[in-house]
Amino acid sequence: MAEVTLTNVRKVYAGNVEAVKGVDIAVPDGGFCVLVGPSGCGKSTLLRMIAGLETITSGEIRIGDRVVNEIEPADRDIAMVFQNYALYPHMSVYDNMAYGLRNRKTPKDEIDRRVAEAARILAIEPFLQRKPRQLSGGQRQRVAMGRAIVRKPQVFLFDEPLSNLDAKLRVQMRVEIKKLQRALGVTSVYVTHDQVEAMTLSDKLVVMNGGLVEQVGVPNEVYRRPASRFVATFIGSPPMNIVPGTVEAGGRIAVAGRSIPATDLAPGIAPGTAVDVGLRPEDLEHGAADGIALPVDFVEELGAHQLFHGRLGDVEMVVQAPTGDVSHELKTLSLAIDPAKVHVFDRETGRRLGRD
Amino acid sequence: MVENRPFNTFMAYLVLAVGVLVVAFPVYLAVLASTFDAATIINGNMPLTPGDQAAENYYRTIFVGASRSTREPVGTMMINSFVMAMGIATGKIFISILSAFAVVYFAFPFRKTAFWVIFITLMLPVEVRIYPTYKIVADLGLLDTYTGLILPLIASATGTLLFRQFFMTIPDELLEASKIDGAGPFKFFKDTLVPLSVTTMAALFVIQFIYGWNQYLWPLLITTKDSMSTIVIGIKKMITTQDALTEWQIAMTTAVLAMLPPVAVVILMQRLFVKGLVETEK
Repeated sequence: MAEVTLTNVRKVYAGNVEAVKGVDIAVPDGGFCVLVGPSGCGKSTLLRMIAGLETITSGEIRIGDRVVNEIEPADRDIAMVFQNYALYPHMSVYDNMAYGLRNRKTPKDEIDRRVAEAARILAIEPFLQRKPRQLSGGQRQRVAMGRAIVRKPQVFLFDEPLSNLDAKLRVQMRVEIKKLQRALGVTSVYVTHDQVEAMTLSDKLVVMNGGLVEQVGVPNEVYRRPASRFVATFIGSPPMNIVPGTVEAGGRIAVAGRSIPATDLAPGIAPGTAVDVGLRPEDLEHGAADGIALPVDFVEELGAHQLFHGRLGDVEMVVQAPTGDVSHELKTLSLAIDPAKVHVFDRETGRRLGRD
Repeated sequence: MVENRPFNTFMAYLVLAVGVLVVAFPVYLAVLASTFDAATIINGNMPLTPGDQAAENYYRTIFVGASRSTREPVGTMMINSFVMAMGIATGKIFISILSAFAVVYFAFPFRKTAFWVIFITLMLPVEVRIYPTYKIVADLGLLDTYTGLILPLIASATGTLLFRQFFMTIPDELLEASKIDGAGPFKFFKDTLVPLSVTTMAALFVIQFIYGWNQYLWPLLITTKDSMSTIVIGIKKMITTQDALTEWQIAMTTAVLAMLPPVAVVILMQRLFVKGLVETEK
């Protein structure tokens, strides 16, 4: 077991392309850290640097108290689960799991014991003698996990392991990965572009964009107090509405001709400053006497919820309401919001203008 | 395509049947001729049904050889041809898979150049470089040796290209998984690449075995002793005799014998062969 510490890690590819621009992350022992971000944000590169599959341009990566910058992947005491599983096609499931152990000269009976144990945990015992191509996607995923487990590594690395699975299986495997990680207590770093996976799996969420860390925090905190406009729109589904507003005196903000209070607005911002205001679709409530008027273009029915789509000036807005609470035939919504749930962002930098 | 047009079907079969006849009839004639004695073949009235000399002809050809031209038993020639064809096929597979491994998986200076140099040899078959190649082989004292027969024909790019294309389809993650599993480059090669390449190897083996077996110009040049000549050369020597009648029954028997190993290789390996050319196993 070990913590993983990244200090000012950078990656510059040939041609001066800077993929990772100085990242500091500390994953505690037994923690589950999820790196999330859009494609090209450097999250996979970062994971591959931890694995040792990419060289580190500058900075330092520690696993436990060992600096691993110059250590071969095989000697870093890590195990990795790949998006396309990367199982050896010509080997049986048993051999796939045993291969890494054999290369480490583990005694035969020890290999047998560990593979049997992993197979039991993952419920793949009936398939041990099959080849990967005879397995379904979910089963292959389990074998890939089994290959990681038998090694008893200090760190698990997951590179979008659920992307190739269908939606239902993905939800199921997500739960199993989380349970497994809890049970084994192995420090894990998990890369995904799926914010639902990121929210549900992590106990430390790292949102990345353009090679930089936008925010690090527990999922709930990232959701409730996004540190930037990018994080605000990336985490949460449907994404947060961003509407233009102007700061007024007394902690209020003018939005679409209405003045709304914002309790988290940082004091000391000059009235008249143009800002971006973030309002989550699920935080907006219809029914205020004198709320923000939103003309409804169309309504999406999701079963438990309805999504009202409309335009506020030039900005697309989405409002989520439980089905039945608001009639879907309404032409105009009158919206109000809890002042604590108003997010204010600097229009230029996109950083949150909040109280510390 | 799902169609049901009897006339088209008939025409298709007709064309194919004619094609088969055109190809197969001379072969049939050769097989036929190997079952008659010399006189029957030469008088020009050879029947179209097999004769009764088969056992005699085959026995003589394999163990004794022609009496008036090369005098070497064809059995020896077949062994020579077999050694040459096997040597070329296995040698080429070995060299090709290693060079493709180097070109695809290692980043060394001038890797692109190395690949292109290998690629260019596609334009230099033995026939084109025959004089320098002969000179080198002769200077090395390799005339009339198996090494001399085999080595110059191993050096060409076809196999390297085939393996390179195949390696490019293997996902990088497999290499990375191997690295994490503690397998070094050689272990990755031995434990992953080679087992995955079996069908490609089979395809290359079939092509190269036949290529080697059918070699004519090169063995003709560098073998002078009858005991080193290959079966293809043997046929030629039997047919062009200076001052004696061609022993057609022996020549035809030799021709039939020369056809058998390539046919056997194709039949035995065709399933793997087709798989190797069309399928990428993942």
